[in-house]
Amino acid sequence: MLTVLFDGVAYGMLLFILSCGLSVTLGMMNFVNLAHGAFAMIGGYATAQLMNEAGVPFLACLPVAFLIAAVLGLVLERTLYVRLYRKSHLDQVLFSIGLAFVAMSTMDYFFGAQQRLITLPDFLRGQFEVFGARIGVYRLFLIILCGLITIALQLFVSRTRIGSQLRAAVDDARVAGGLGINVSRIFAGTFAFGSGLAGLGGALGLDLLGVDPVFPIKYMIYFLIVVTVGGTRSMVGPFIAALIIGVADVAGKYYVPQVGAFVIYTVMVVILMIRPEGLMGRRATR
Amino acid sequence: MNAIASPGVAGSTALAAEGLVKHFNGITATDNVSLTLPRGARHALIGPNGAGKTTLINLLTGVLKPSAGRILLAGEDVTTASAQQRVQRGLARTFQINQLYAELTPLETLVMAIMQRRGNLMRWWQPVTRQREACDEAVALLERLGLGSVMAERTSTLAYGKRRLLEVALALACQPQVLLLDEPAAGVPHGERDEILETISELPRDVTLVLIEHDMEMVFRFAERISVLVSGALAMEGTPEEVAASPLVREVYLGGAHATATAAHARKGA
Amino acid sequence: MSAVSETGLASRAAAHASLVAARRLRPAEIAFWLMPIAGYFLFPDRLALLSEIAILGLFALSLDILLGFAGIVSLGHAAFFGLGAYTAGILGKYGWTEPLSGLAIAALVAGAVGFITSFLVLRGNDLTRLMVTLGVSLMLAEAANRLGWLTGGADGLTGVMIGPVFGVFEFDIFGVTAYWYAVGVLFVLFCLARYLASSVFGLTLRGIKGNSLRMAAIGAPVNLNLVTAYTIGAAYAGVAGGLLAQTTQFASLDVLEFQRSAEVLLVLLIGGSGYLYGGLIGAVLFKLMHDLLSDLTPQYWQFWLGILLVVLVLSSREGVRGLYLRVAARFARSRHPGRKGGAA
Ligand SMILES: Nc1ncnc2c1ncn2[C@@H]1O[C@H](COP(=O)(O)OP(=O)(O)OP(=O)(O)O)[C@@H](O)[C@H]1O
Ligand SMILES: [Mg+2]
Repeated sequence: MLTVLFDGVAYGMLLFILSCGLSVTLGMMNFVNLAHGAFAMIGGYATAQLMNEAGVPFLACLPVAFLIAAVLGLVLERTLYVRLYRKSHLDQVLFSIGLAFVAMSTMDYFFGAQQRLITLPDFLRGQFEVFGARIGVYRLFLIILCGLITIALQLFVSRTRIGSQLRAAVDDARVAGGLGINVSRIFAGTFAFGSGLAGLGGALGLDLLGVDPVFPIKYMIYFLIVVTVGGTRSMVGPFIAALIIGVADVAGKYYVPQVGAFVIYTVMVVILMIRPEGLMGRRATR
Repeated sequence: MNAIASPGVAGSTALAAEGLVKHFNGITATDNVSLTLPRGARHALIGPNGAGKTTLINLLTGVLKPSAGRILLAGEDVTTASAQQRVQRGLARTFQINQLYAELTPLETLVMAIMQRRGNLMRWWQPVTRQREACDEAVALLERLGLGSVMAERTSTLAYGKRRLLEVALALACQPQVLLLDEPAAGVPHGERDEILETISELPRDVTLVLIEHDMEMVFRFAERISVLVSGALAMEGTPEEVAASPLVREVYLGGAHATATAAHARKGA
Repeated sequence: MSAVSETGLASRAAAHASLVAARRLRPAEIAFWLMPIAGYFLFPDRLALLSEIAILGLFALSLDILLGFAGIVSLGHAAFFGLGAYTAGILGKYGWTEPLSGLAIAALVAGAVGFITSFLVLRGNDLTRLMVTLGVSLMLAEAANRLGWLTGGADGLTGVMIGPVFGVFEFDIFGVTAYWYAVGVLFVLFCLARYLASSVFGLTLRGIKGNSLRMAAIGAPVNLNLVTAYTIGAAYAGVAGGLLAQTTQFASLDVLEFQRSAEVLLVLLIGGSGYLYGGLIGAVLFKLMHDLLSDLTPQYWQFWLGILLVVLVLSSREGVRGLYLRVAARFARSRHPGRKGGAA
């Protein structure tokens, strides 16, 4: 019971890191990026390659995964995404699906269709028992690391000038531009950072999820659920949503394996029906 | 046609609002507005920009839900009725900003509206070309508004003034008992403004009309009663002479002595 | 209503004529429908591919009813395709082998689910609709995966038997019957869709897509029309899926996959939406491209699919129709140099 809860929280934390970039692009920049999972996949592949082929230690791979995904995100944002901010959601969806397909088949071409796994370093392996719950060391590591990142993010967004600039840029790009805020630079930076976090999530998730060429589509729905359920107005909503979904998914697979992912999809559809703005979203004035 | 009010109730209230309130996160756009429009009224609604005139129309027609208050259409409570139900009960409107169908021609637009009004389910599945009566009615209406020559052109290619007329024609196609006109002549050159006002004035006497308009001359020519909205609340209601004479109205809105003269002049001319 | 002036009569006639002109059968349409016949004689050994084109065309047409006419975006249209495929397939497997009634039942099942789920997509904006349709299709895919005893699960539904069409034409190994069957169903349903598009209902849908706020303000039952359109689109997709299952005597989980929903959007993107032929033209081009590119690099079709999506969206989503209109406009301008080119 406690074990399930613990695993669920670890999984939820991971989901949050994976999807918070999407929550920012969707919620604040109003862009539907279905290729978000592709950045996570890149981070995952980078780490798996570095560890398995070059013998780079796991912890050293994490920043590299972040950087690679972030740089890729930056380049794509400047060259392609930037042309689509003003287009319809359908256009954005089609475009990003296309991008995801390209990324997926490229990975397939270079690394083959089979799933990549890694062997964690010794100090992150094993488990110990506390109050009858079996605590995996790596999951504890995940919770602590993701928790720290989350707190840092929240502080960053609410305290710094960049956080408020982003909010101003999104609320009204023209006014923000008039105030001397460089909107396009902020957008690019945010996008790159969100992509980087996804890459980091892909690396951190290697032990739990593995990585293969269908990763972006396989987990896309999870990211979308986190964002749609959590709403896009703050970091808190998606965070709570990610925890709930993490726990629900782990518990569902543990207790009622025959139902599978059904529960999660149902939750998403029902919540969208009741609150089209998301759980934590502002109620539309109508 | 649609005899909504039975003869016994003729001359009674067509549309009434009781204590309408509307808040938009923080601001009060409509502040406890009560309004009674007898059948056949020629009523004008004036007030400075942002006074809440359009919001009031949106509340009356069901585009927005009021935060508080009631709306009665021909004596029946329609506060919770949908926009569509209110139209079917004889309440139509025009929009301050054109709400038209760019891809359709004026003829198609009106045929569509007329078919909605008739609501004949058998005809729903028939080709548009078979709707001779609706087509004839649409043509008649289009010609009345001087749109006959452009009826087969795409709406998006029409001149602004023509589109404004189509906006009015579309509301008329609903054959309303109560018609709310939100600045129907906004942005229209002077010559064509008269055309719009004339069309409105020619409507049957038992149709109840509400006109929002900034041009005082037009208001005084049209209205028998005027309501003045200021920051969401009704500042006063009265005859054009009373309104023109009111120091309050002059202060917040008219800003000049010549308004009284205009009003008197317009009355005499009418 | 008594005396109608001469000019009044003339303008009524002119008005009516303008409405008639808008739905007249054009020569190009007749030429288009000669293509399947020509295809049969020109490529007798590629009938399987041609049947696939017809089926994909019908599927894209079903999406066009939603997207092009009613303006409802969907990221999960494969749900109805898959429902139809499994319905027709399961019927065939368990002894209901008459094909046309099997298709009708597939349409009914898909339409019924479409009707129920349509209430979910009425609410909310485009984004919510995209998410909800996606969610519903994933739920169905997961259900098909779990109900292995019924659907065959990951192995696919095998042992589907289909009887002769009209009790006369047996399905043959060359795919001749399958081809004419698919093309025939496509043609009939296309004509029906064309008729609906020209009806008051079709006009109302165009109105809702154009301006739903005003539609409510002229008293139109907006939601009722959207529900109807969604249901019809779902039923059409169900027929397309049913056709696939019947002509291939097989159905597998990929009929419900996300990729299929994305693919059909791309097809419509290529052909252009809102004029009925877009789905069909898109299907022809898509399948030909698929055939060509997967011959070159069989595994990496998905790569080209992605590139195509990106390029089409970046080139402002006009598809071949936009291209055609632009070329036509330029052509018209060069012929009448004095006139300004019309808005394309
Ligand atoms: N949907 C909305 N959400 C938030 N605020 C709104 C909304 N609609 C109107 N308002 C606000 O309500 C107030 C009244 O607006 P309204 O459009 O009713 O004024 P108006 O009298 O029609 O002005 P105008 O003469 O310029 O047309 C304004 O302050 C406006 O900003
Ligand atoms: Mg206004």
